[in-house]
Amino acid sequence: MSTISREEVAHLARLARLEVTDDELDAFAGQLDVILESMKTLGEVDTEGVEPTSHAVPLVNVFREDQHQPSLPREDVLAGAPDTAEDRFRVPRILDEEA
Amino acid sequence: MTGHRAIDQTAVHMAEAIRTGRATSYEITEAHLDRIDAVDGEIKAFLHVDREGALATAAEVDAAIARGEELGPLAGVPIAIKDVVVTKGMPTTAASKILEGWIPPYDATIVERIKTARMPILGKTNMDEFAMGSSTEYSAFGKTLNPWDTGRIPGGSGGGSAAAVAAKMAPLAIGTDTGGSIRQPGAVTGTFGGKPTYGSNSRYGLIAFSSSLDTPGPVSRNALDAALLHEVISGHDPRDSTSIDAPVPQVATAARHGASGDLSGVRLGVVKEFAEGADAAESGVVDAYQSGVDRLVKLGAEIVEVSCPSFKYALPTYYLIAPSEASSNLARYDGVRYGLRSGDDGQRGLEEVMSLTREAGFGPEVKRRIILGTYALSAGYVDAFYGQAQKVRTLIKRDFEAAFDQVDALVSPTTPFIAFKFGERTGDPYQMYLADLYTIPSNLYGGPGVSVPVGLSEGMPVGLQVMGPVLGDDIAYRVAAALESTQETPLADTAPEIGK
Repeated sequence: MSTISREEVAHLARLARLEVTDDELDAFAGQLDVILESMKTLGEVDTEGVEPTSHAVPLVNVFREDQHQPSLPREDVLAGAPDTAEDRFRVPRILDEEA
Repeated sequence: MTGHRAIDQTAVHMAEAIRTGRATSYEITEAHLDRIDAVDGEIKAFLHVDREGALATAAEVDAAIARGEELGPLAGVPIAIKDVVVTKGMPTTAASKILEGWIPPYDATIVERIKTARMPILGKTNMDEFAMGSSTEYSAFGKTLNPWDTGRIPGGSGGGSAAAVAAKMAPLAIGTDTGGSIRQPGAVTGTFGGKPTYGSNSRYGLIAFSSSLDTPGPVSRNALDAALLHEVISGHDPRDSTSIDAPVPQVATAARHGASGDLSGVRLGVVKEFAEGADAAESGVVDAYQSGVDRLVKLGAEIVEVSCPSFKYALPTYYLIAPSEASSNLARYDGVRYGLRSGDDGQRGLEEVMSLTREAGFGPEVKRRIILGTYALSAGYVDAFYGQAQKVRTLIKRDFEAAFDQVDALVSPTTPFIAFKFGERTGDPYQMYLADLYTIPSNLYGGPGVSVPVGLSEGMPVGLQVMGPVLGDDIAYRVAAALESTQETPLADTAPEIGK
């Protein structure tokens, strides 16, 4: 019995905005199954009462003074964009999309 | 073999020659650029070479020295930078098609510091796409070859930086280490690789893979060269909220201390669990490593066996945490602000263009990890996978802390096997992941780890890893330099000559 099905992989790919091919689905489903199988060993560890670690070195919130700082020039930022219009990023249409 | 060419010297010697007028930065930098021209057609360590920029910096250094200016300890010594670190005005791709042609509008903090240190930047080195891999086979722009045997991998993800240094195309390079990407390439190419304490080197301007683990650090042919580079790039950076505001460990002093060959009073731990289990190291690797441990004992070190029972869970813990963070970090590649956009025909909507862009722009390992991370973070699984992994991470950290109550540093082989052949592990991703079995624990913990060449197995280099406590980078450098002092000829100088 596999841990993850081809359909689940397709669903996850959709959530992650990846238009994967059928061949990729076949390959990923098998490979992810092997990986997830090895991860099941984590379930055997008793972590009752153990605090999770989210960062290697614990630091609390880091703040700076609320002062103006220069930002990157607009033209420098837009220079790397795939498409621009009127000093802005141009994006494909976002309205009238079928769900 | 070692010789008298400019490129055969250590970075320390190059810097001294430049400072004292016995050589110019220009001729040393040019010698490396010529070396790149001569051998990189075969090795393919570089994705981009900046001859003009490097020579211009070199000429400025020479002029400054002629004016009598006091410059830093590595001024004029050229360096290569892994292509996951952004460089203003110089292409930066993370070896991904999704960033092909992108020119960053700013410098990473560590690049700013390299420029302040007046080090000519030779170019950008190849890597596994977004630093995900152990062989550079996942670069979108072709693999890098191991200078010791061009049928074998140079390690990864930083195989380009390691191969460039091993083949003497650069005396120094920058790598980044999330699960072993500096140390494992160092081990398999006979070079030195140092992963500093997490948070001691700024991540600002590193293209993010796994933000709680990513650590930039030095690649070199010996401990002292790496230590000097470590000191150039280290230190607090207000632009990185996880940057530690503490004094930089005195790693160059520690490396010089270690080179004296005295380790009396130093207690070194050997992790019992590393030697157990089906995934333990190849016998040739164990033999080379053991010979290194024996030499450390002769220098006065005491060996203590320590138990770190949670280390056996480090690999699955890492492969839940890192892909989870990656799936979130890589959401930024949406075809809007930079990089590739695919399928925008004026008819398709944003989400479809986004999906087509990411499908066209990402390679297989990146997709696999995004899907894995999305799974580990999805409703119904997040507690059992990501949450549980974070708790086990705490247990691994406690194992380290308990070990460092007994010993000053831990030693192990850097990676379980010598450089494998191309294609050997791409079919089964889990077999590739095993390359990082011994390096991953210190990423999860946050402490430093360095890989130093220790010997050969089947004619290929083997690395010994020294792991220290958080902000104990100095002890790792001291032990590594002491081990080097037991080798008459540095292993890096015994690599087969290429480009003949």
